[in-house]
Amino acid sequence: MPRNEGLMSWKDLAPGMYILEPGNSVKFRTGDWRSFRPVLDKEKCIKCGQCYILCPDGCYSEDEEGYFVPDLNYCKGCGICASICPKKAITMVLEEA
Amino acid sequence: MGKKVAKEVSIAVAEAVAQCNVDVISAYPITPQTHIVEHLSELVANGELDAEFVPVESEHAALSVCIGAAATGARVFTSTASQGLLLMYENLFIASNYRLPIVMVIANRSISGPISIWNDHSDVMTTRDAGWIQLFAENGQEAVDLIYQAYRIAEKCLLPVAVNLDGFTLTHVVEPIEFIDDELLKKYLPPLKMKYKLDPRNPITIGAIGIPEIYTESKKAQDEALKASYPVILRAWREFARLTGRKYNPVETYYMEDAEVALLIMGSLAETAMNAVDYLREKGKRVGLLRFRLWRPFPQREFIKAIGKVKALGVVDRAVSHCSTGGPVGIEVRSALYQSNKRPRVVNFIAGLSGRDVTVEDFVEMFERTYQALKEKPKAAYEIYGVKE
Repeated sequence: MPRNEGLMSWKDLAPGMYILEPGNSVKFRTGDWRSFRPVLDKEKCIKCGQCYILCPDGCYSEDEEGYFVPDLNYCKGCGICASICPKKAITMVLEEA
Repeated sequence: MGKKVAKEVSIAVAEAVAQCNVDVISAYPITPQTHIVEHLSELVANGELDAEFVPVESEHAALSVCIGAAATGARVFTSTASQGLLLMYENLFIASNYRLPIVMVIANRSISGPISIWNDHSDVMTTRDAGWIQLFAENGQEAVDLIYQAYRIAEKCLLPVAVNLDGFTLTHVVEPIEFIDDELLKKYLPPLKMKYKLDPRNPITIGAIGIPEIYTESKKAQDEALKASYPVILRAWREFARLTGRKYNPVETYYMEDAEVALLIMGSLAETAMNAVDYLREKGKRVGLLRFRLWRPFPQREFIKAIGKVKALGVVDRAVSHCSTGGPVGIEVRSALYQSNKRPRVVNFIAGLSGRDVTVEDFVEMFERTYQALKEKPKAAYEIYGVKE
């Protein structure tokens, strides 16, 4: 049997592969492209929010304690947050295979 | 029926487009297409046609405008030729994958180099994988009728349609043309209503990325849509015949009933070839002629049926596919035969490049050479006919 890697049957696609449900890209988890993930050291973090501002994918959000944490479902592991962090509180850690 | 009027074919085509009540026209002038869009811009400027004429900086932009306008549910028109078509190239594939009912006239002209403004099919033949419905006109009346039909087909199938007219030999000649009257056209071509279109009140996405997990499915769906256009095209032609008495078929035949040797050609040269058939028939030769009016989707079943019992088939290509297994038509005809049980000898001529005359005598010669193939297999897969050694 050939591998069936399609997301859905071609018969279920709208004509022209139009997307009829607005805003559904949120369902498409792009975090699996990542090879390094950002890990926050809360001891060093001063909650300045620069990671939140500069993340090109907008995956950082503020948690209840005021720390900014990335949503790993969408983080591509670009490392901008780690590079910009003034306190070096974010380190990029190799994802396990 | 309406009376016949003498018109330059380009002007007649423009008037047929105007009759179809298009909303948006976007084009860039290029010989030999210019008269078509020039006349349309006149009609818009004079207030005779209520449409938006979008002048653009290039053909790439012209087709882009048509794609955008068609996506909002507008009836659109563009026209080009040769280098202009090549400049549209990447957008051709997008228009068909997005299932947009665009109608385009291609005033067929050879492509550079060497630079040439004259007629052959080298421009459109580079686009045969673009997923458009492709029709070829033989004369001015057919060119006009194909415009009406193209809109109906495009809008029923949600696919773009290219109507091919030979540059100069069709576009620039004056022919007697019978237009269909507006009331009849209203019956044949109802207003365009797209189920899905760009509309801020009902947002959708057109042109999403085709990741590996969905690209194959998108292409399969597109392929099936083009395949499904075939019966729709046949119905559009049956309905047209009912309203006007003018009959259209995917493959036209001339004296094919008992033919043992036949030529196959596309476009306006077929009328010249008919004279050669008449001449040879008078001499008792059982020759016939085939013409593809429909080139995409390829009319496999009609073609195999139409060749009847021919023992040798001469395919006359009007474009070169350098060092391939034939000219573009020759390649596909051989492939189509391979899927059937029929095995006539195929001789592939490439003729009439860049407006070079192909006369009745030339067609007689090609018939004779096709006869020779019955005795002796042609040495080469194709030959460039009439080249000066």
